Amino acid sequence: MLKKLAMGATLCGLLGSTAVSAADLTVALQDDPDILDPHRGNTFVGRMVFGPMCDALFDIDTSLNIVPRLAAEWAWSEGDTVLTITLREDALFHDGTPVNAEAVEANLDRAMTLPESNRKAELASITSVEVVGEYQVAITLEAPDAAFLANLTDRAGMMVSPATFETTGEGGLVCAGPYKFVERIQNDRIVMEKFADHWDADNYHFDTVTYRPIPDTTVRLANLQSGDLDIIERPAPSDMATIENDPNVVFELVTGLGFYGVNFNMGNGDRSQSPINQDARLRDALNLTIDRNVLNEVLGMGTYLPAYQPFSTASWAYNPEFDGGERDVERARELMAEAGHETVSFEILYANNSAMQQLFELVQAMAAEAGFNITLRPTEFAAYVDEREAGNFEVSQFGASGRIDPDGNFHRYLACGSAGNVGHYCNDELTDLLNQARVVNDIEERKALYDQAQRIAAEDLPALYFYYTPRTWAYSANLEGFVPYADGVLRLAGLKPKQ
Amino acid sequence: MLKLIARRILVAIPTLIILSMIIFGLQRMLPGDPIQTMMAEESDPQVIAFLREKYRLDDPVPVQYLAWVGNVLQGDFGRSLRTGLPVAEMILQKLPITVQLATMAMIMAMLIGIPAGILAAVRKNTVLDYIANAVALSGMSIPNFWLGIILIMVLAVSWKLLPASGYVPITQDFWLSVRTMLMPAFVLSTAVAAYLMRHTRSAMLGVLSSDYIRTARAKGLLSKTVILKHALGNALMPIVTLSTLLFGDLLAGAVLTEQIFVIPGFGKLIVDAVFTRDYAVVQGVVLFTAIGFIAMNILADVLYIVVNPRLRHPQ
Repeated sequence: MLKKLAMGATLCGLLGSTAVSAADLTVALQDDPDILDPHRGNTFVGRMVFGPMCDALFDIDTSLNIVPRLAAEWAWSEGDTVLTITLREDALFHDGTPVNAEAVEANLDRAMTLPESNRKAELASITSVEVVGEYQVAITLEAPDAAFLANLTDRAGMMVSPATFETTGEGGLVCAGPYKFVERIQNDRIVMEKFADHWDADNYHFDTVTYRPIPDTTVRLANLQSGDLDIIERPAPSDMATIENDPNVVFELVTGLGFYGVNFNMGNGDRSQSPINQDARLRDALNLTIDRNVLNEVLGMGTYLPAYQPFSTASWAYNPEFDGGERDVERARELMAEAGHETVSFEILYANNSAMQQLFELVQAMAAEAGFNITLRPTEFAAYVDEREAGNFEVSQFGASGRIDPDGNFHRYLACGSAGNVGHYCNDELTDLLNQARVVNDIEERKALYDQAQRIAAEDLPALYFYYTPRTWAYSANLEGFVPYADGVLRLAGLKPKQ
Repeated sequence: MLKLIARRILVAIPTLIILSMIIFGLQRMLPGDPIQTMMAEESDPQVIAFLREKYRLDDPVPVQYLAWVGNVLQGDFGRSLRTGLPVAEMILQKLPITVQLATMAMIMAMLIGIPAGILAAVRKNTVLDYIANAVALSGMSIPNFWLGIILIMVLAVSWKLLPASGYVPITQDFWLSVRTMLMPAFVLSTAVAAYLMRHTRSAMLGVLSSDYIRTARAKGLLSKTVILKHALGNALMPIVTLSTLLFGDLLAGAVLTEQIFVIPGFGKLIVDAVFTRDYAVVQGVVLFTAIGFIAMNILADVLYIVVNPRLRHPQ
């Protein structure tokens, strides 16, 4: 009898239901972030984790306008080369020290000079940073830099407590956000707790926030449905029906800033000599064979908004003039004939995952109708990166997570000599326009420059765009106040459990 | 006994040296560069150059190897290229997790596999035997991935009986820790249980047909005594070896299960490290795993002597 009782108790202990406290929020990420240091970090998921922990000088609103965060006010002077920032006086780092002008100067200095800093390019236009008052700092730029404020909304503008510079990333992170770092178990969780002394603490309704890396989409969703998670990022398009049929889960989608497509090897080694890379008419023909709507319906279940240009519909630089172009296989054949080819063979290099595999199988099939004979070369990610850099490709997967400022979607990938320009495409006129667009602050003027640049790119076709990366979320119906942003980063202000 | 253990440890040293060389060399033969892979969208040539120098990636491989061995001998396993965390700390964080998972899986596998094997042998060619065999075959052939997802869907999503995933340290909340680990341990145990069942069955069949069992039965001993005391004692030998080796497998080979149940264990650590070419982590984990395997082998030898008194007095 006793034995039975003991077994019963054991079973109860084992099977009792999990009670989750309402004041804890658990969010699943697609990957485990890299180093937790905003100046050194590289990954998108890293940006997600920095979000609640590290306030930046500026932030964006849902329409991508730049709004103040740690900065209270700002003003441009000296022909847009001096940015004077007045800081909020009530912002504190998690170690209790104030976020003052000296801290900002020390952070910008670290971001620009730390050998491992990946923020140098974003802050390259700075010539000096000067402490003007206790809470006022003047940043002098070499020349006007239109993307500068946008860069300060992200990692380059995040403030780390200068007292902890030495230890940042090696286990700890002391910033000035609404949540402070508690612990990180690699591949398992990153835990943060509410920072009670944050200036906007009343707007944050969870005591702890835990980020868990769960790479498999099915597993992520199952955990959300079981109640172990509150929010998941990037649910698979194929799971949308499941999510919509589950009354306990809410699906959310905004068009992101990034894109997927292909880029051509225009001058990186011998493989740039392939016909498709030598003749823009052939690239145009390829472009005409791709039906973006099919990609959207078949692969994205309606979430892969068709793309024809580097700027997504969320960006002010987006111009509908460059969209469209119905699929036209006849015209594609004509163009190929003009170029003197009945069939054209080439290889597409891409990172081996199911999304890219499906995409390029469809591309292969659609292009085949006009006479393109495409070989697919899926490659493990690290090797893929290596092959791209080395120029060992004819046509390659092309994708960007997208930046708030259009410069990060265009210049970075297609200007002569840019770091992301693996195809070594170089058109001086286009590069010149993109460089000009960097130093003009007026949005209309910049847009005109980007339009001109887009016209050149549409003729040269160094890259094709297929779809904009959707920013998708699924979250528990027990939450309210969830607001998605086009940059895909979660912002927790106002998010709370339903009463 | 101590002499035997000491001898085995001495023999293990060259094995470890050769293994570490192979791992070091093989990794460097893989295409792909750790720094390039890590940089992804941001690729600043200056930063790349700095990191290459910092992690000595431009040195000749033998020089890199000696530097690594030198550091390891001083107890420094280096830092992860990707996360900046110390490798030793990462391993120590994950070792208890995987050991717990593997131990629970092993206990389940033994509780299922050995009795099922005995039963199948004793009731050879009966319905019971066929059922046990069929179950064993499914245990071996059902993919962990599928079984794991199904279990999550049924036990966690529909019935909400067990947590769907994750890991709770056993020191923090014993019951929650065991509950969280139940599904993954079961999934992991199926294949091992199947092996154990098959091997127990054949070992038992061999023993049950031997003369001394017939003698025991002829003496009029209870069938239970004959099977559990006389036969099982001898049949256990190969099962002990198999169990310890399979335990080593469990420690290193739980990758898929860890992935499905989001357990931050060894398997996931090494797979991620290989994909990102995080050399220091791969080397550290492989070294630890090798040491684990060697320890298991030594344990098997010791257990042999414990279960088989004849080996205690070698001629």
